[in-house]
Amino acid sequence: MFMRNLTLICAIGALASPALAQDAARTAAALPETLEETGERAPATVPQSSSETVGDIVPADNAYGVGQPATEEEIAAIDIDVMPDGRGLPEGSGTYAEGEELYETICAACHGSDMMGISDLGAPQLIGGRGTLATDKPVKTVESYWPYASTFFDYTHRAMPMTAPGSLTTDEVYAISAYVLGKAGITGTEPDTMLDAASMAEVEMPNADGFVADPRPDVAE
Amino acid sequence: MSDSERFPASIYGPAERRMAESMVDIENRMLDAVEDEQCDCKDGMFNGVTRRGLLMGGVALGGSALAGSRAMADAPPGAIEYDVQPDSTKEQGRLILDDGGYGSRSQFENEVRWRYPTASLDSSWSMTPLASGQGMMTPSGLHFERHHGGIPAIDPATHELILHGMVDQPMRFTMDDLKRLPAVSKIHFIECSGNGLTEWAKPTLKTVQGTHGLTSTSEWTGVRLSTLLEMAGVQDSAAWILAEGADAAVMTRSVPLDKAMDDAIVAYAQNGEALRPEQGYPLRLLLPGYEGNTHIKWLRRLDVSDKPFMTREETSKYTDLMPDGTARQFTLEMEAKSVITFPSGAMKLPRAGFYEVTGIAWSGRGKIAKVEVSADGGATWQEAALDGPVLDKCHTRFRLPWTWTGEEAVLQSRAVDETGYIQPTLEQLVEVRGLKSVYHLNAIQSWHIAPDGEVTNVHA
Repeated sequence: MFMRNLTLICAIGALASPALAQDAARTAAALPETLEETGERAPATVPQSSSETVGDIVPADNAYGVGQPATEEEIAAIDIDVMPDGRGLPEGSGTYAEGEELYETICAACHGSDMMGISDLGAPQLIGGRGTLATDKPVKTVESYWPYASTFFDYTHRAMPMTAPGSLTTDEVYAISAYVLGKAGITGTEPDTMLDAASMAEVEMPNADGFVADPRPDVAE
Repeated sequence: MSDSERFPASIYGPAERRMAESMVDIENRMLDAVEDEQCDCKDGMFNGVTRRGLLMGGVALGGSALAGSRAMADAPPGAIEYDVQPDSTKEQGRLILDDGGYGSRSQFENEVRWRYPTASLDSSWSMTPLASGQGMMTPSGLHFERHHGGIPAIDPATHELILHGMVDQPMRFTMDDLKRLPAVSKIHFIECSGNGLTEWAKPTLKTVQGTHGLTSTSEWTGVRLSTLLEMAGVQDSAAWILAEGADAAVMTRSVPLDKAMDDAIVAYAQNGEALRPEQGYPLRLLLPGYEGNTHIKWLRRLDVSDKPFMTREETSKYTDLMPDGTARQFTLEMEAKSVITFPSGAMKLPRAGFYEVTGIAWSGRGKIAKVEVSADGGATWQEAALDGPVLDKCHTRFRLPWTWTGEEAVLQSRAVDETGYIQPTLEQLVEVRGLKSVYHLNAIQSWHIAPDGEVTNVHA
């Protein structure tokens, strides 16, 4: 009986797989097929491992021989992070003037034309607040708080605008950076003030020295 | 008091402030709904969400939670409405698997996570109903949530994890690859560093779900991150790893390599089944004891480097501004904390007499060593019993028998972890950190018991 069921399961699995593969638009897993004789449901198909196609990693090299080497192309396709020293900054450039136009079109609806943010939308104020961090009313903005310009580029590139995250080109992000950092009085406000990988890495933020390591535990009994 | 006075813009950023305001709003709506439906049968002691309260809450929240068939619409989320038998011993019960084979909870159980209706996905939070929780585990469906760009729907068949940077051999793993590797199952809490963010200046939320509901405990199964790193071969100069999610925020945090090699898990399962979508399906990072936002969900990439990446979440967010204007960065560990869940805020004790005081304690630095309970606002303490097993970086249930005399009382709990750290008072925390940062509130919580049995959130 057990063997017969197993055969049946395999047969159904073989029939079901091509149908699933064709239905590319499905958004939820289909219920398993019902076994004819018993009315019970067949288990999901056995997981397929990519190890079938592994040829160039052998167990001796990586202990298990599982997984595949990631190619430079595969890494480049999703490696978007940018570091304070400029590592990861992509090619491209943008100017203050280009950034102003882009900002008005793409950013102002949430952050305001004056960059003061719109609290009801959860969109933070971007500029101002310098010198307030030690006061009773600190204003934390890109200008007053963010320690690195690279962070502004990285975050805007990966997650902005909220309605279409990741949609900005690298040139556009350089331009918007030039405009916002210009308005913040950090880089220039001449229309042709330009940011690119080299100049972005040189930008010094006002609060670059404002951060300290975690000293906790910080309360003594 | 207006919300702008309660959550001043100088302390709460727009997202935090809007969240705090919504929390007050939704808690009030839930409690109002409960009050409308008080019945003598419950003595008002366990002020859980009633059926009607749930519906009202659902309506207030947009009503989308209650979709599906008519039977589903009548039942709480996760339950199916069946006719109640007049005498269940006099007729056969329903057939096995009648609910489709996955299982559902009783139609009489209706605890839900609270969520906060906000205009953007930026501040999506939901909170675990700790008041009705039992033991140390959190049901997967009640695990708190915090998303930075909504919950993505990801097909595990196409999801991959890429490990690259300062490694000898950059690697690419499918989900099936990961499931072939040696795995571990560990029970750990995850707590959002914003847990309690409304409570710094004044006691604000009324219930323990509101004040402490951003912590939950699950069993997590997956591959040790160290296993993957050893396979790729970490280079000598490496010190940090960037973890990146596949959500709309492409959420990123830098993790110290030491932590990655210690007890970090690349997890694909929670409580014996695949991760819930809102917990990172199909793959998340688990960094036991670290603040919740570092446990990157929908994990797609790990980039090994010599320095931290200084992402938005570890510079402009999740840093702690001190009175002198400097900000603490990489405040990763969640320090020892405890809270009494019964009795707790918005409950009402029906009469004097015996009650078992119970709650949970946890520490991001190890095991809980001791929990003490005070019924007089901290003047005297009694050691509570701990339910075993007491696990590393895990909720631990404590219990203490208590006889309420019917007079005014203030209940508190105080945790001590295995490092000897003692859970501080709010006064002690504020003295060192001031009131400009909203994260990492782990102070002793006080519940006031009035002579009429009303339990309220107080600072004592």
